[in-house]
Amino acid sequence: MASVSKKIIIYVLLGIGALTMIIPFYWMIATSLKTAGEATAMPPIWWPVSMVFSNYVEAFQVAPFVRYLVNSVIVTALSTLGEVLTAILAAFAFARLNFYGKDVLFALLLATMMVPGELLIIPNFVTLANLDWINTYMALIVPWLASVLSVFIVKQRFESISDNLYYAAKIDGCSDFRFLWQVLVPLSRSSIITMVVLKVIGSWNAFLWPLLVTNDTEMRTLPVGLQAFTTEAGTRFELLMAASTFVIVPMIVFYMIFQKYIIKGIANTGTKG
Amino acid sequence: MKVRFENVSMKYDGNDRTILDDMSFDIQDHSLVSILGPSGCGKSTTLMLISGLLMPTDGKIFFGDTDVTKKDANARKVGMVFQNYALYPHLSVIDNIMFPLKMAGVNKKKRKERALELAELVQISEHLNKKPGQLSGGQQQRVAIARALSKEPSILLMDEPLSNLDAKLRKGMREEIRRIQKETGVTTVFVTHDQEEALSISDKVMVLNEGLIQQHSGPQALYDRPDNIFVAQFLGSPEISTFDFDDLKAGFDSSLRDRLQSKDVKLIGIRPESFTQVDGESGLITGVVDRIEIVGKERTVRLKLDNEQIVDITDVDINFTEGDKVSFTTNFDAMHFFDGYGNRVVIKDAE
Repeated sequence: MASVSKKIIIYVLLGIGALTMIIPFYWMIATSLKTAGEATAMPPIWWPVSMVFSNYVEAFQVAPFVRYLVNSVIVTALSTLGEVLTAILAAFAFARLNFYGKDVLFALLLATMMVPGELLIIPNFVTLANLDWINTYMALIVPWLASVLSVFIVKQRFESISDNLYYAAKIDGCSDFRFLWQVLVPLSRSSIITMVVLKVIGSWNAFLWPLLVTNDTEMRTLPVGLQAFTTEAGTRFELLMAASTFVIVPMIVFYMIFQKYIIKGIANTGTKG
Repeated sequence: MKVRFENVSMKYDGNDRTILDDMSFDIQDHSLVSILGPSGCGKSTTLMLISGLLMPTDGKIFFGDTDVTKKDANARKVGMVFQNYALYPHLSVIDNIMFPLKMAGVNKKKRKERALELAELVQISEHLNKKPGQLSGGQQQRVAIARALSKEPSILLMDEPLSNLDAKLRKGMREEIRRIQKETGVTTVFVTHDQEEALSISDKVMVLNEGLIQQHSGPQALYDRPDNIFVAQFLGSPEISTFDFDDLKAGFDSSLRDRLQSKDVKLIGIRPESFTQVDGESGLITGVVDRIEIVGKERTVRLKLDNEQIVDITDVDINFTEGDKVSFTTNFDAMHFFDGYGNRVVIKDAE
């Protein structure tokens, strides 16, 4: 009996958790199918009565979403690629190479994680303005090419791989560079995929920075583009939600594909500590 | 390939502890040499120095007539087998074996041929497409040996290759290693702390302690004619008993006593199996039987002498019980003589 009631409690708790996660998604999709009146009605309407699929068509006409999509894909792809490369190379240096001041340098790097991101917005903006990069892809991508957290995650993983494998590779005639790409990276696949997934989601959803450093419609990314539905006259919630659904779907698909690695990767970093 | 160490010393930077001190030796081509010693004696360091993974602080290392002191592992073309195998977990057995060839830029067809040939040699052919994680310890060891042999190494190095295997497998694998070494003729250096392993498969054994070579000789000579007290005590189980010359001299005839004294003999070692029982108390040593231990066919008598010294004796008929006073002697040939520094003293038998 104890185990049955235990099971019930577990399922109830999990159910509450699941509902908390699902309701916003449901609300988004439901709202995207409502009329303007239903979307703002009080008390809220849980089930759209009229099913206005044309909201999706209209949302696409309000703003150049295809352009935004292209921008988002470019920015996400390049900044992810950059971050993976810098993280792998830096992690290798910190995990395997011996150089003067290694520990101090790594401590400094970790210390930068203590600086709140908001604090960096203005100095970064000024730097980019001086470089004349505002309103270019450079501004959207370059500041995000390295992440201390990623370096840390990959370094931990590299360090957990036995020294003997390094010696074996040296004996087998493998250079440091080939050892990194042909042994360490394949063995760290789940950590690296975790890093990629977190980065892709973060980069895809980034709002504040792209908003600050772009001022042309041409350079906007999807999340910034969603603003188009907010005008002086108020927000068109049903169109905003239709566009949001469109923005989020790729990430959900992406997450579902890599789910198993994400969970494995996070579990790894947790236990290796 | 012949290997020569000339006055090689090794200190790890940061601390002044000398791991190897002025070491010189030769390893003959096509031979299998074991480096034997307790943990921390410098045997793994010696292996690392041969491999080129470590560079010596002082001295020179030669492969054949070439000075390789400054060359790295790849240039020295060594093959190495590690205690924990160090196979690439993400690669299949055949890819592991081919890896060194791939690094050397050998074309795909050739490396596959070579890998199949080696898989045959180490008898792992039926597991070629498995990952190392799916193999038993012994199978992984075979793969590691094949990988080490794949680029036809100048010398094959093995760092405690058997210590992760269970006792039964270890014996079989040890014969396998000897067979593979004989078939390929590759010069092999085998590091171990297990004397039985070293004595059973080697052409020569090098006993190390505290960074110094204690003895470098054929395995039987190591047991029969130990160069010093460390080697005498390190080999053999139960351990050799050592007696102060003064305690035993009463049992020697006067000419032998004089000869031993003139050669400055201080210690006498006698192996447990070299004793024979004599009547009464007329033997070289007499004591009370403290314990009789019978394990399988091994019988060990633990004798307590008057001066409290404990002596282990094996291979004798047991016609006494615990608490009896018994006397043992031995013949001249079975005695090992050492001077005050623990070094062997050679005494010719009197006619």
